[in-house]
Amino acid sequence: MSEVRDNLYYSEEHEWALPAGGQIVRIGITDYAQCQLGDIVFVELPELGSTVVGGDSVGSIESVKTVSELYTPVSGKVVRVNDTLIDAPEAVNSDPYEAGWILEVEIEGSVEEAVGKLLTPERYRAVSD
Amino acid sequence: MKPEKALIFELSHPGRVAYSLTECDVPQIEPASVIPEGMLRSKPAELPEVYEVDVIRHYTELSRRNFGIDNGFYPLGSCTMKYNPKINEDVARFPGFAKIHPYQPEESIQGALELLYTLQNDLAALTGMDQVTLQPAAGAHGEWTGLMLIRAYHESRGEKRTKVIVPDSSHGTNPASATVAGFETITIPSNERGLVDLNALRAVVGSDTAALMLTNPNTLGLFEQQIEQIAQIVHDAGGLLYYDGANSNAIMGITRPGDMGFDVVHLNLHKTMSTPHGGGGPGAGPVGVKSKLVPFLPKPIVGRREDGTYFWDTDRPQSIGRVKAYYGNFGILVRAYTYIRTYGPEGLRRVSENAVLNANYMMHRLAPYFEVPYPGVCKHEFVLSGKRLKTFGVRTLDVAKRLLDFGYHPPTVYFPLNVEECIMIEPTETESKETMDGFIDTMIQIVKEAETDPQLVLNAPYTTVVNRLDEATAARKPVLNCSC
Repeated sequence: MSEVRDNLYYSEEHEWALPAGGQIVRIGITDYAQCQLGDIVFVELPELGSTVVGGDSVGSIESVKTVSELYTPVSGKVVRVNDTLIDAPEAVNSDPYEAGWILEVEIEGSVEEAVGKLLTPERYRAVSD
Repeated sequence: MKPEKALIFELSHPGRVAYSLTECDVPQIEPASVIPEGMLRSKPAELPEVYEVDVIRHYTELSRRNFGIDNGFYPLGSCTMKYNPKINEDVARFPGFAKIHPYQPEESIQGALELLYTLQNDLAALTGMDQVTLQPAAGAHGEWTGLMLIRAYHESRGEKRTKVIVPDSSHGTNPASATVAGFETITIPSNERGLVDLNALRAVVGSDTAALMLTNPNTLGLFEQQIEQIAQIVHDAGGLLYYDGANSNAIMGITRPGDMGFDVVHLNLHKTMSTPHGGGGPGAGPVGVKSKLVPFLPKPIVGRREDGTYFWDTDRPQSIGRVKAYYGNFGILVRAYTYIRTYGPEGLRRVSENAVLNANYMMHRLAPYFEVPYPGVCKHEFVLSGKRLKTFGVRTLDVAKRLLDFGYHPPTVYFPLNVEECIMIEPTETESKETMDGFIDTMIQIVKEAETDPQLVLNAPYTTVVNRLDEATAARKPVLNCSC
């Protein structure tokens, strides 16, 4: 069974979001998503400093099976991307919630409100079951 | 099978040659005396030095490792891997077709021009279109050409339409072609029956809709029964309908895209019309259009004068221009013409009827062992889901690998993306019942192995030159040149 962490918020497109202090929200894909994709061979990261809108595609993830869009669950400015994935995309498979994080977005307004629109761990468990 | 083989470079011994040249009868000169220094090699090219017999054995053995439709059953869904009749090859080798040059005067190639003219008309009749260009060299090239025609049409009317709609089950080339042609792609979800969701379509069409791209039957092998309503919705919004002819093998002589309301069509001659697949081509993806799009077709097309002679029609001021050097892949067009003329209209209809019959037969025999996500009557291909086998730790990929041990090319797997653990099978019309039964019995045996001895399936294949390839490393760290 794939892992769903209780401290995270989730999207129906299988991304997770973590309030990482201040206005920052860290984003990655879930254990369920990486399992469905299979061995990931390339992560196309969003451009640093770009403005992204919740629900929009901000990059792509390529596995041996398929290429899948990466959607951001929240709106804001991309302030950090996980450069280590360029050389070691397999981190998304082996450690999707920690070393395999993908980007950090700085949001305007309330972080609580932004992540409040996302799925709770309980509801995401039902989606990914 | 022999074990892994050395590269031709590794067989090299200094001084061995596979040629013998006569004495040079003109004065020899130093290359440096006539070629600028910057363009001279600093050291000789590292070409393999081997005897002729070694070259022949090396490449003959490699060629025997190929798997093609002439070796065995190749049920690769979506690809229509039908047998390529050898009469096509005979005709393509007629000197009047094989030994002509595109720059020859028209009057010296009247036979070839007549063939192209007739093929244009045959394909137009088969698809219900008014005119056809034979230039595009592949299916995706045809898609791109068709979209450029749509773009030219809208622009000629002073309209700026920027969006192309595709269903989520569409061929991956559809959104790619739309992007390359400068459009933005909008994907709409399928409904629970695997067909276009009319409400989802209504929600996205508008004054910016350039076209809807559709395959019918669709990628799940299902016929879009509401095609006339779909056409109405798109046309009412001022958009055009593009037919991806990849699945035409299901409908020849039964229905036509032109009658369903489509404005632009491409056909994959290397699928439906039995020209060779593989090796990266050459292919052919002719595009047919309704009359309102004819002025924009690539030029030249082949025309016929009142006196019965044929000519390159280049006087087409609104044409989008050439999309391929000369006139497309002529040798392939000869093969397709031969196929069409060999079968005739009634024969082509029987081709489609048998392709559909074969697919339904296989689906019904395999249904008890896999899940059929969209039950009912399929067209020329069908999808299964292998998700039940996940209980035993076996995935669709493992089933595909195990099939190699029995000498079959596996079906398409993990496509379309909207079916979990997808297996997509297309037998085509050219297979006997015995061949299909042999494949079905093997699939059933593999299911039983998965249930009772999953390791046997997980470690497959056993009989191939190499076993499981490390696809992830191959994609992550590709070695793109040989430096041995």
